[in-house]
Amino acid sequence: MIRRTLSIMRKEFLHMFRDPRTLASLFLIPVLQLFLLGYAANTNVEHLQTAALDMDRSPRSRAILDAYQASNYFDVTYYPENQAELGELIDRGKARAGIIIPPGLGQDLEAGQSPEIAFIVDGSDPTIANTVFASAQSVGQAVSVDLIEELMNVDMENQPGLDVRPRVWYNPDMRSANFLVPGVVGMILQMLSMMMTAMAIVREREQGTIEQLIVTPIRSAELIVGKVMPYALIVFINVIGVLAIATFWFKVPIHGDVGLLLLLTAYAMISSLALGLLISTIAKSQQEAMLSTYFFMLPTIFLSGYLFPIDAMPKFLQFLSLFVPLRYLLVIIRGIILKGVSWELLAQEIVILGVFSVVILSLAAMRFHKRLE
Amino acid sequence: MNENNNPIITTENLSKKFGDITAVNGLNLDVKQGEIFGLVGPDGAGKTTTIRMLVAIMLPTEGTASVTGYDTVKEAEAIKHRIGYMAQQFNLYSDLSVSENLNFFADIFAVRGKIRRERIDRLLNFARLTEFTDRRAGHLSGGMKKKLALACSLIHEPDILFLDEPTTGVDPVSRREFWDILANLHIQGVTILVSTPYMDEAERCSRVGLMYDGDIIECDTPENIKALIAGELLELKPVSESLRGVGLLRRAKQTVAPLDGVLEAQTFGDLLHIFVDNAGARQEAIVQALQTEGIRSQNLRQTRPRMEEAFISLVQRVKEAQLR
Repeated sequence: MIRRTLSIMRKEFLHMFRDPRTLASLFLIPVLQLFLLGYAANTNVEHLQTAALDMDRSPRSRAILDAYQASNYFDVTYYPENQAELGELIDRGKARAGIIIPPGLGQDLEAGQSPEIAFIVDGSDPTIANTVFASAQSVGQAVSVDLIEELMNVDMENQPGLDVRPRVWYNPDMRSANFLVPGVVGMILQMLSMMMTAMAIVREREQGTIEQLIVTPIRSAELIVGKVMPYALIVFINVIGVLAIATFWFKVPIHGDVGLLLLLTAYAMISSLALGLLISTIAKSQQEAMLSTYFFMLPTIFLSGYLFPIDAMPKFLQFLSLFVPLRYLLVIIRGIILKGVSWELLAQEIVILGVFSVVILSLAAMRFHKRLE
Repeated sequence: MNENNNPIITTENLSKKFGDITAVNGLNLDVKQGEIFGLVGPDGAGKTTTIRMLVAIMLPTEGTASVTGYDTVKEAEAIKHRIGYMAQQFNLYSDLSVSENLNFFADIFAVRGKIRRERIDRLLNFARLTEFTDRRAGHLSGGMKKKLALACSLIHEPDILFLDEPTTGVDPVSRREFWDILANLHIQGVTILVSTPYMDEAERCSRVGLMYDGDIIECDTPENIKALIAGELLELKPVSESLRGVGLLRRAKQTVAPLDGVLEAQTFGDLLHIFVDNAGARQEAIVQALQTEGIRSQNLRQTRPRMEEAFISLVQRVKEAQLR
């Protein structure tokens, strides 16, 4: 049993090494995806190009602009002459935000009034707009508090009132890399294991070599395990590589037990390998296998919580997401990396993934025959 | 040669349908231990489908087959230890070398240690691949690929060898070499079931089954099959000033067919084959009839009917029966 499985594995490794370009791309794709997501999908807003139309030109107005500049969120780089010019800067995308300080703001403040500042945000990307909006608010509030203390000569700290102090747990700097990079681990695990398993088996069918294999006394299980194991190994090396880059390059701290993380990713891989196997029993060519993988991965990307929070989805999509295995794996990976939770808290996800594995594997086994059609 | 009368392969009413198409239609077949059995027929006759059902990698739609005493559906895996199979198209790993392919199949059949080394050496030697052991299978010539495939199918010393058109696309020298190898295996007692579209190869079999339209229309030794065609065979090359090619052959065939004593006329390349009840008595009238059509009879000679003529004649009869 084991010998035959090993000889299939050895053959599979030979195929891999005879095709170094494919092998290289297997390792490049995850790294590329990681760097793209780690950098490009950054929703943290810092140093946003900002245009300031200061119609007051008083020490007060300059102090306000300095406060925005000092916040690190905004770089006040444009000083348009009028509203039309400011509008054009935002239209052209040169500035993503605009501050308009009305004339007489300094005087109004001295006179004890509450003048308004206009803050314009480019809302084409709502995620960025939300962050910008929140940052603008908080900078404005801080300036406001300083002004009250100075102008009214009161010590705000000794005034009665509610002091809400938000404390962010797990990802205190709220870096989107900390959220996205662990997701890449799950995504890579799922996509690569599915695609490579499906392709490896379909290739034998496409090239007719499966005919020569099934005419031997090899058992289906030996054949499947032997074909799948080498790719599982490659995927696992990828997972470790991606985790290493995440930790040492993107400085995503792993709060939990790394051993548990690796164990559970290996465990979750079974369901992905089984999906690949299932695809291989349906697809007739490598193109079909590739397309089926994408067909499955597309909803997975959007419904698993990889990019968008499941809680924010409409009820129907939330329901659909229950059938996306990656959803549970992401809870496990993010839980261990970001929160450092132990396996007991992940028991539900572990059980559900187990059910997925058993069901998919049974379906695939039922469809996999040592026969031609 | 150690032939005996035990059938090692039997089929009963074996049929395979793909949708509306019937590839194999109620096939009954007995192959005896130690024979070289030739499955002969044109493309699309159902030879490949029959072999795939016999090597237990395709389920029949109807009927049963047993190989080495085991049922091909219920006991498929028991059969697979005892048979070697070489598919029509090249089914080995092109990116692996000759010796990697051989070693891989040795692994799968659990042929190990000293026995494996000796056997691989011997197979390489007799397939004349010894100097190509490190060459990738995909880079071998057509004939060498076939011999490598044969070597791989022999790694576990099977009792029965199934070969699906093993010499299609192979040059004449390699074809002859290949058949010499088969003759050797035959002497060693291996039962061989081989399909071929080539009639000269059919003549080298112990028995042949002529397959047409999913069924075996005649099954006997090559001698007996040739004897099935009545009469004697006259061969001639029609030559004319006015006609050429197919038109000429058709005219010549139409001219001789209705003559007294002519049983059947077949075109054969640029030759005309005429079966007559008595060659000596009819020759004159045939030449005369063609002459009045302006056709000269070149290279006229009496010849022995071969498998090719026998096959065409037998298929002709089946077609006529179907029309009626």
